[in-house]
Amino acid sequence: MFILHLIHKNLFRHKLRSLLTILGITIAVLAFGLMQTVVSAWNAGVAASAADRLIVVHSVSFIYPLPLSYKARIERLPGVETVSWANWFSGVYIDEAQFFARMAVDPATYFKVYPEFIVSDDALAGLAGQRNGTIIGALIAEKYNLKVGDIIPLEGDIYPGHWEMKVVGIYRGRDKGTDESQMLFNWEYLDQSLLQTQPARAGRVGWYVVDIRNAAERARISADIDSLFANSPAETKTQTEKEFQQSFVSMSSAILTAINIVSVVIIGIILLVLSNTMIMTARERFREFAVLKTLGFSTIHLAGLIGGESMVIAGLGSAIGIALTFPISDAAERGLPAGWFPVFNVELSTLAYAAGSAFVAGVAAAAVPVLKTLRMKIVDGLRQVG
Amino acid sequence: MSLVSIHNISKSYWRDSLEIPVLKNISFDIPAGEFLALMGPSGSGKTTVLNLVAGIDRPNEDGDGRPGGSVIIDGTDITKLNESQLAAWRSRNIGFVFQFYNLMPVLTALENVTLPLLLTKMSKKERRERADFALKLVGLGDRVHHYPRQLSGGQEQRVAIARAIITDPTLLVADEPTGDLDKVSAEEIMNLLERLNKEFRKTIIMVTHDPRAAEKAHVIRHLDKGELS
Repeated sequence: MFILHLIHKNLFRHKLRSLLTILGITIAVLAFGLMQTVVSAWNAGVAASAADRLIVVHSVSFIYPLPLSYKARIERLPGVETVSWANWFSGVYIDEAQFFARMAVDPATYFKVYPEFIVSDDALAGLAGQRNGTIIGALIAEKYNLKVGDIIPLEGDIYPGHWEMKVVGIYRGRDKGTDESQMLFNWEYLDQSLLQTQPARAGRVGWYVVDIRNAAERARISADIDSLFANSPAETKTQTEKEFQQSFVSMSSAILTAINIVSVVIIGIILLVLSNTMIMTARERFREFAVLKTLGFSTIHLAGLIGGESMVIAGLGSAIGIALTFPISDAAERGLPAGWFPVFNVELSTLAYAAGSAFVAGVAAAAVPVLKTLRMKIVDGLRQVG
Repeated sequence: MSLVSIHNISKSYWRDSLEIPVLKNISFDIPAGEFLALMGPSGSGKTTVLNLVAGIDRPNEDGDGRPGGSVIIDGTDITKLNESQLAAWRSRNIGFVFQFYNLMPVLTALENVTLPLLLTKMSKKERRERADFALKLVGLGDRVHHYPRQLSGGQEQRVAIARAIITDPTLLVADEPTGDLDKVSAEEIMNLLERLNKEFRKTIIMVTHDPRAAEKAHVIRHLDKGELS
């Protein structure tokens, strides 16, 4: 109790220094939290990928479409549960800054292979029954104040023309990491329009999503799919969904590496800020520590006194930093162009790393002053001018 | 019977590779209840003697790494104790009064006085009662919640004396207790030490430069160039 009492009294002996140190740690923890949240958001697609979903794209590049006729052949392969497909539509809503995924999907199968998209039966029936029907994610609905029955006008770019989609339902994510910022409309609408305007592009899909019965068989089924279309005009490349997502993330790997390096540097800054304070603090109090030793206080008491103060400063800075990470991350998400990061959540692991780093910094920063104090001879400490 | 018995103690300090001898093979005894004043010029080794008796410094070792000589306090040769044993021994047997008081600036007079009792198994109530008694004894019963910065030098030294006596130690060591005080405060402190010696039978060893302070002691010993006379 005495140690806690003395730590409390000592903590604000130099109020400005203690407050600046706590502030320094707060800012460092906050910066660490935000950077790691960005990294997590970047990797959210990979993290949310299912092990039992395969993505089949054109072997040259995913921008080249595949014939719809592949669906039936893939379905017949052993181990395949459901085959669905989608086309990347893109298009412009309001202006080019309003970005979110817009895709033409097969109403009958798409929500079967993506069970993490929670949608009502009415919405599904609406999507299947209404040619220009669309189901949108809850984030988009909230951001643009859209509700069932509203019309979403789009100017096509990959698929030129003016398009009008009618909202027939709003999906929610089953998990926290599920992307709720997609707009999924009836593939038939796209295909029928293409038949009239650009018949050569009709009957083609951007990629297939293959739901398999046993995730352990993914390598065999991937090879089976690709061999099925080998030497055809549209050879395929089949990957797990995770690999497919990673191929996008790897394009930004240099940026992510840089962010991770800066995060580590921030941890170093926490350590330096705290070490500096603790070394100054201990040096000023050597005489007091010598008096405590003289009175019979043990090395454990002194280590507790210095280490405890360091831990309290680190703990306070880290707690405030973590508490601020949530509102500031929310503000950052609102400030980013819509759809940049469909999932922008502060992960529990990020908070754990931040708190853990502050804890390690607290211990490490106290190590040098504790050792110096323990090695100090009482007579030398008493001679010290405070 | 001697309370303090020092035999063949030498002490040197080292500045880089240069040995500076401070005490040269000194021996002396102090009976229980004695009030001894150690006087001598600066650098004569007075404080070193005090530190050795109080167990906060160690004498030179002999060629085999064992303590050269002995410092026996109330039957215990403290040169043979390890650091943690010595710390525990100090907390029970020695009361310290320093020239510059050495109070904890963030603690009140009451908290400063209570410090040594935190190492005992005494209850909070007992600690408070003892601290109140000690502070009243030194005339600061009305200053218990004052911080050192709110007290005069003389009052701070009286708090330090209260802290020194609160564990009822065998021996009180005072290193120039009036060295930082004005004449009036110094007189008050010396009267207090004299009272502790006479009324409470405390054995006191005091280092001082002040002949007026030394007059209160029963015995005055002089140290010069590491030798006792």
